[in-house]
Amino acid sequence: MGKTLVEKIWDAHVVKREDGFPDILYIDTHLIHEVTSPQAFDGLRKRGIPVFRPNQTVATADHNVPTLNQHLPIQEELSRYQVDMLTKNCKEFGVELYGLGHPYQGIVHVIGPELGITQPGKTMVCGDSHTSTHGAFGAIAFGIGTSQVEQVFATQCLLQQKPKTMKIEVNGELAKGVGAKDIVLYIISKTTAAGGTGYFVEFAGSAIRSLSMEGRMTVCNMSIEMGARGGLIAPDQTTFDYVHGREFAPKGEEWEKALAYWQTLYSDEDAQFDEVLEFDAADIQPMITYGTNPGMGIGISQAIPATSDQPESERPSYKKALEYMGFQDNETLLGHPVDYVFIGSCTNSRIEDLRAVASFVKGKKKADNVEVWIVPGSKQVEAQAKEEGIDKIFAEAGFILREPGCSACLGMNEDKIPAGKYCVSTSNRNFEGRQGPNARTMLASPLTAAAAAVSGKIMDIREIL
Amino acid sequence: MKKFEKLTSRVVPLPIENIDTDQIIPARFLKATTREGFGDNLFRDWRYDGAGQPKADFVMNNTTYAGKILVAGKNFGCGSSREHAAWAIQDYGFDVVISSFFADIFKGNALNNGVLPITVPENFLEKIFDTVFSDPNTELTIDLEAQTVTINATGESFAFEINPYKKSCLINGYDDIDYILNHKELIENYEQQR
Repeated sequence: MGKTLVEKIWDAHVVKREDGFPDILYIDTHLIHEVTSPQAFDGLRKRGIPVFRPNQTVATADHNVPTLNQHLPIQEELSRYQVDMLTKNCKEFGVELYGLGHPYQGIVHVIGPELGITQPGKTMVCGDSHTSTHGAFGAIAFGIGTSQVEQVFATQCLLQQKPKTMKIEVNGELAKGVGAKDIVLYIISKTTAAGGTGYFVEFAGSAIRSLSMEGRMTVCNMSIEMGARGGLIAPDQTTFDYVHGREFAPKGEEWEKALAYWQTLYSDEDAQFDEVLEFDAADIQPMITYGTNPGMGIGISQAIPATSDQPESERPSYKKALEYMGFQDNETLLGHPVDYVFIGSCTNSRIEDLRAVASFVKGKKKADNVEVWIVPGSKQVEAQAKEEGIDKIFAEAGFILREPGCSACLGMNEDKIPAGKYCVSTSNRNFEGRQGPNARTMLASPLTAAAAAVSGKIMDIREIL
Repeated sequence: MKKFEKLTSRVVPLPIENIDTDQIIPARFLKATTREGFGDNLFRDWRYDGAGQPKADFVMNNTTYAGKILVAGKNFGCGSSREHAAWAIQDYGFDVVISSFFADIFKGNALNNGVLPITVPENFLEKIFDTVFSDPNTELTIDLEAQTVTINATGESFAFEINPYKKSCLINGYDDIDYILNHKELIENYEQQR
């Protein structure tokens, strides 16, 4: 019987398989950042051991950095200490760091792909659940906890149960104004936030194939929001073209060798998935979330489902979510006023996202009632945006182009949405307080966010494009 | 890691679904560089208001309920991979979390810190909630060796599943790194054969 893509990559990385034990899985690349690594470095010190393969480890500072005035010392003491600790740890253990001020600094899931570190067939981990992003290249990539960060430091391996596999096919053509973010929000609204738990999801079908690498990263990024540990897409010419020539991509003969291997990375026709779901791209509208988990999403013209339509045991939690958001059963969100627009995060902060926003807002101005933050995913994205004049378009529209980092996605650094305010956000999580205590997040695509920025309310992008 | 021993305890009930790790420990409290002290901010924004005063209607501020066992609705621990969530739960004093469904990463993080996540069927979870709400002094007994969770008052018991390797780690108090480090030679062989 044939193998799924996940099985092919997984089996090629098993160091030891023994009944009753999880596999010892070899990890090709370990990405680290300031928040989930200090306790792991400490663990190494306590055990008196080094980082086993420092050359397969790459660090950056992203979660806890300010996105204005990065050339100045970080104001907040605890944040400064944590970022300094990363610098100190990387130096002590011989790990390459793209820290603040470095031209490669940025959100860990943006810099891996743009530097060519992310490649098909690799196993990649990071102490961050959105590591699934890298699966867009046909890699097994997943988030881990700090104890596991320490494991990978110590052994370049992880103890892991082989996951179940799910295939999600999206076929057909997307409507104008509907993109990768809408696809994945739509899928999660169908599977629920728990529907993918225990699985690695392979995204397939013509609508997925037609996406750019940036779009594929957006889809795989949010695999975790349906509970799936990882999501991936079989590599194809789009993938190879993206990787080719990047800083850490294989070169010359090595490239040919790698390419030959990468071309074998697909699910065999007779491969068995534990679960298969199919969706029609034509059914997908621009999406928006109305609740406090990413599964609570609707097409932009649809009404919020009634509490009475939820399973009885889930009604209290559902009601709590709507109360938190200040929404009612059966309400439609079109025309709802917006206070903040955040365009950024590992989901949607790549150059393609910024280009899409810029092409829509060119010559327009932001609405008076809205504050708009645009946070590029990396120094390279920022530089590219400036080179293309995108920064000027934003400035003329009254948008603030900030410096790279996780920013308002997670309410950890200085960038927080104030209590009670509505934020249309291109990030990945609408949990209570995610963007700041009592902040109200509505997840959407960069285009829907841009429409909210210029109109000051929720709009159907299909009617304006 | 400390060894997990048979536990009889009262219960803190939290019948809410999809409790994500941002609720368990909000990101703004992840700035520490050690593992200690996260319990103070466990469920911070449900437990305290903006002025830092305890919210009377939150279960952890209600002295009626206490114990080393947290019982919560399905899909517990979804979202961010932050192990700080497991550290906060442990630091606050919980040794066990019971739910009808756990998110993957949280479950692994809990096990790696000696906190036992127990998955029970929906109807058993309902039974625990019903029993605890009618009598907050209800005790549960967790027997990891026998893999059972028992509602002491009624004698009703459920046999839960756990990976045998993880079970032995908890009982003996050793961790994955100890195990993998014993296979260093295999790892080096694997690297050379690629």
